[in-house]
Amino acid sequence: MKIVLFILSCISLQSYATVIKAGRQQQNKSVSAAIALAHPGDTVLVDAGVYYEKNLIINKSIVLKGINRPVLDAEKKYENISVKADNVIIEGFVLQHTAVSSVTDYAAIKIYDSRNVSVINNIINDAFFGVYSQYGINCLIKNNTLTAYAKTEQSSGNGIHCWKSDSMQIIGNTITGHRDGIYFEFVTNSVIWRNQSFNNLRYGLHFMFSNDDAYINNIFQNNGAGVAVMFSKGVKMFNNFFKENWGDAAYGILLKEINDSYIEGNHFEKNTSAIYAEGANRIYVKRNVFKNNGWAFKIQASCSDVILEYNNFLGNTFDVGTNGSLVLNRFNNNYWDKYEGYDLNRDKIGDVPYRPVSMYSMIVERNPPAVILFHSLIVSLMDKSEKVIPSLTPENLKDEHPMMKPLLL
Amino acid sequence: MKKILKYVIIDILRNKIVLAYTIFLLVLSLSIFNLEDSSAKGILSLLNIVLIIVPMVSILFSAIYIYNSAEFLELLVSQPLKRKTIWLSMFGGLSVSLITAFLIGVGIPVLLYEASPTGIILIVSGVLLTTIFVAIALLAAVSIRDKARGIGTVILLWLYFSLLFDGIVLFILFQFADYPIEKAMIGITALNPIGLSRILVLLKMDVSAMMGYTGAVFRDFFGTTAGMIISLLTLLLWIVLPGWMSVKKFNKKDL
Repeated sequence: MKIVLFILSCISLQSYATVIKAGRQQQNKSVSAAIALAHPGDTVLVDAGVYYEKNLIINKSIVLKGINRPVLDAEKKYENISVKADNVIIEGFVLQHTAVSSVTDYAAIKIYDSRNVSVINNIINDAFFGVYSQYGINCLIKNNTLTAYAKTEQSSGNGIHCWKSDSMQIIGNTITGHRDGIYFEFVTNSVIWRNQSFNNLRYGLHFMFSNDDAYINNIFQNNGAGVAVMFSKGVKMFNNFFKENWGDAAYGILLKEINDSYIEGNHFEKNTSAIYAEGANRIYVKRNVFKNNGWAFKIQASCSDVILEYNNFLGNTFDVGTNGSLVLNRFNNNYWDKYEGYDLNRDKIGDVPYRPVSMYSMIVERNPPAVILFHSLIVSLMDKSEKVIPSLTPENLKDEHPMMKPLLL
Repeated sequence: MKKILKYVIIDILRNKIVLAYTIFLLVLSLSIFNLEDSSAKGILSLLNIVLIIVPMVSILFSAIYIYNSAEFLELLVSQPLKRKTIWLSMFGGLSVSLITAFLIGVGIPVLLYEASPTGIILIVSGVLLTTIFVAIALLAAVSIRDKARGIGTVILLWLYFSLLFDGIVLFILFQFADYPIEKAMIGITALNPIGLSRILVLLKMDVSAMMGYTGAVFRDFFGTTAGMIISLLTLLLWIVLPGWMSVKKFNKKDL
């Protein structure tokens, strides 16, 4: 009897959820009017067209769905959509012309203090902040395309901005032209998966005080300063691409005060510095490919227990750079294309250790203009003599078991 | 002029050294490309050859050839020929044969294995370096009568351009480390054709490392089209200036 009642109540609940339409030909000409009529659990369908809704506030649990991508234009004066209820789904809109302010963080979609909000398949164009979550829990931000035209860092916002949120899923978004592509501050237990972040003014991904997050299969290309991961622990970075982050302060990944994290299976190509680690502890760097970077790995003496294993270093100008002689990190079983040792017992591991810090990289570290003499005869001679008798380079920074052949990565 | 040029080239080809030089370069380049894992790394090894061996062979061979052709030159001068024509034919003959050797020995392998902008720049700078060091050899040979002293001078010049100069630059870099000397460095590099061609290749090859701040200063200059043209013009000046000075000296020289 109880079961029958339960099933009946389910059916009755479902039949009460109605579909409300908004559009030029519909009874409700504006989206806000349709939302006003809706009850929690209803669906609001919006026909194609341009709507000037000022600030659209969603304060009940509804599905807001655009048909053929209706446009919500905020006329550079308002926030497009403010979500102030749990279980809201926003899907299939074009959101454009969000207000720009230096006092308030206006966003195309801003999630206030809500759970289970989904933002799916939207095109966000010329926004200040794209999707903004504050105190959001278990929200899904998926397959959105965000394009902005930022000129200066002061007058631009971040693409996807999460602040004090938890269990977020950021999946398959394309972000370009913002200040930071994806910005995480105090965000925990979240995943960033299959996004593309390129040509952003500052960082492709900016990560602060955010513990136990994973970013997987993303592409970060040509951002002003690459990717910064700071003051966090338990970060997992798997199978990402970091490409063409060029500039004196641009890094594939900037690791600052990062603890207990994993960097595995990533590709670093043509960055000025692929990884720059400062105050990083207990980081496991494994099975990555470093190719054609200026510096593959810049590790400051303030790092400890960073383990580099089974990585490929190919065609980098400098493999490893450091600023001191203290070495508390381990390098093992990597393939270095500059390795000149031999393998007498044929176990595919070189018999003499490889020292990845060349003397010249130490000189350039102290005196940057000296980079102009790179590849000259005198520099080659100095590097060769340093290899025989190390004086300037840290004695302990070496790979005891360098691989003879590149690993299949 | 054409006739003398022809005689000079035939004479050079006959003594087989240039032929050996061609084969040496060819074998070296092909083996480098086949030994290295990636052709980009091959280019790096070839860069060292272009920067060291090519200037050395060019300057030494040209100087020795001029000293050995002293009698031939005397004979030519006794003919109704302009001295300028005679001297330029010598210059032309030496450059053409050495450039041909370089193009066959290095140019063809590079085009086969790595016909990238880096490779093209490498070939262009090799050709220019060959001509520059022929011109310098001619100037040295015409200024110094004694053969031993002349060849010694030429070796020292080569050593200076390929090794000493960079040592001095490094010294300056450290002495003036506290000053913004990046811009001055650009001027100083113009004083060494080997350094200049090295930087041109470097900017193509190690572009990522050169994108750092100081690198960017160099890149803003050398990496732009205007900078590229200026550097190529500077290299051409390195041909014209010693060449023209040697012509002047040869015109007045008491043979």
